[in-house]
Amino acid sequence: MNKKVSVRKTYGETLAEYGKVNPDVVVLVADVSSSVQTGYFAKEFPERFFNVGIAEAGMVDTAVGLALGGMIPFVNTFAGLFLRATEQIRTCVAYAKTNVKLVGGYAGLSDFKDGPTHHSITDVAVMRAMPNMAVVVPGDPIEVKKMVKAVAEYPGPVYLQIGRADMPVIFDDNHQIKIGKGVIVREGEEVTIIANGSMLARCLEAAKVLSNEGTDVRVINMHTVKPLDISLIKESAEKTGAIVTAEEHSVIGGLGSAVAEALGKNYPVPLEQVGIADTFAETALDYDLLLDHYGMGINDIVKAVQRVLRRKNALSHSENLKK
Amino acid sequence: MAYSKELIKELEEKAQQLRLDALEMIHHRGQGHPGGALSAAEIIAALFFHHLRIDPDRPNWENRDRFILSKGHACAILYPALAGLGYFPMEDLKNWGHIGAHLQAHPDRLKTPGIEMTTGFLGHGISIGAGLCLSARLKGLDYHVYVLVGDGECQSGVLWEGVMTAAKYKLSNLTAILDYNKVQLDGPLNKIMPLEPIKEKWESFNWKTIEIDGHNIKEVLEALDKAKENKNKPTVIIAHTIKGKGVSFMENKAEWHGKAPDDNEYAQAVKELTARSF
Ligand SMILES: Cc1ncc(C[n+]2csc(CCOP(=O)(O)OP(=O)(O)O)c2C)c(N)n1
Repeated sequence: MNKKVSVRKTYGETLAEYGKVNPDVVVLVADVSSSVQTGYFAKEFPERFFNVGIAEAGMVDTAVGLALGGMIPFVNTFAGLFLRATEQIRTCVAYAKTNVKLVGGYAGLSDFKDGPTHHSITDVAVMRAMPNMAVVVPGDPIEVKKMVKAVAEYPGPVYLQIGRADMPVIFDDNHQIKIGKGVIVREGEEVTIIANGSMLARCLEAAKVLSNEGTDVRVINMHTVKPLDISLIKESAEKTGAIVTAEEHSVIGGLGSAVAEALGKNYPVPLEQVGIADTFAETALDYDLLLDHYGMGINDIVKAVQRVLRRKNALSHSENLKK
Repeated sequence: MAYSKELIKELEEKAQQLRLDALEMIHHRGQGHPGGALSAAEIIAALFFHHLRIDPDRPNWENRDRFILSKGHACAILYPALAGLGYFPMEDLKNWGHIGAHLQAHPDRLKTPGIEMTTGFLGHGISIGAGLCLSARLKGLDYHVYVLVGDGECQSGVLWEGVMTAAKYKLSNLTAILDYNKVQLDGPLNKIMPLEPIKEKWESFNWKTIEIDGHNIKEVLEALDKAKENKNKPTVIIAHTIKGKGVSFMENKAEWHGKAPDDNEYAQAVKELTARSF
């Protein structure tokens, strides 16, 4: 198993480092600084750090003002709590296209211990629906580290998702990222898994299991849900003829939906989605157990691949009969 | 109003027992929010073991008083009170936060009997309480609605929207109780986002205010009764409390907002809480 690293700590440390090279970066947080680890930045740059108390909606608008004044605000709270500021985000960040960076911490089910109020399974869907908003879900600690700079330098609004958990390291420091470009992590011919966030490591494990069974799987890291790398999706569909998506999010509106939209329009092939079904989860004592319990286990990915391959084979069988 | 010595002593003991139960739950699960649970022990004891007009055998009785734990993270102090009254078995407390258990990390109205409203993200309780009061008025019921809010919670704008609604509609059947423990998640309230002058804030929003020591059972009981007598205005009881009250190393410490004690700390806490005599 790969080494695991706390991504919220990585994020916090990187933000403080990046603050040194970019004096325009300011950081806002709503009384969860110790949770989302903005303390490193606060310590380095107290004058560029603002803890506004439990006031998420106002925090977003304050960040909008800072952006209008020429700063680059990183706005921090729990992913689920950004939903409280949805109208502010829609009107004053997305529509007004202000240079605000929203960082949703404790994403997905990673705050397993605090239960459904604190889980976040709809943030990608909500943010993705907003025009002008980029949506980024990094797949490992290295990617989290690299995204801080990329997000800061990306022109316009970005939603960056960070989990609470420790994530296995997948990439090394040479890993190249570009917002809007998917990454082929493993080549394969028969089926493509498109994943992001914590599901990427699980998909790589699933791909190993499948390869031992003789199934040749391509794995794509789709760290940017928007703007979506449609050409890579289309190319994968053409090449492998079957797609599975995997995300730590509701199957409604997230990565799986984005891929389905792209496939439907460009190159329809059988698609299976791994994610949380249309339901709220529950409190748990363990993160991995909760993911397994709600359909995001390695075994669920394997099964989804087997299902999609059966559909692909059935399709080619009926094509052959027509000939 | 006079309260018998026996009643006061009984409620003091209940409050202390709730603290022990809450810490046992948090220690057992290895997760939870001790600070803001311990600060509310007397308030919860006075409400649930004396003041509220409720009937555990009829959790859906239409004219029952309603209690909303708007600061839902403090549920470790509420769950043992509900269990103690018989809403569900005491043994359930041990399964708090397990997959499949009804007791969620934050209160869930669909899963746990006696929980009136699902909470966990802060700021909702006053507006929801106002809605319940308006509903009572329309249905000709005379129940009273109690909402326990945190002081950090009072920083959220949506809370004040509810405060205005309740004042406009003269919802005298709404009582807010402010657990004024002066510490939030990231540190002392004064440092994160000052609230003072808090009494004047509520008064200027057209609420009645009663200021008490929230760890003094007699003062809590008096305030609850007085609030019910107020007509034409909702009331807020500003209860001065100590975050982590009763456990010396937790008192006034933001570090103990949301972490569980280890075995040694738990043993020490139990020792301190059981040593207190009434
Ligand atoms: C709207 C919202 N923002 C942030 C949080 C995370 N959070 C949980 S408890 C807490 C601090 C609450 O402080 P306070 O209201 O004073 O409660 P108490 O000290 O009584 O525990 C925070 C920020 C939340 N639950 N809801």
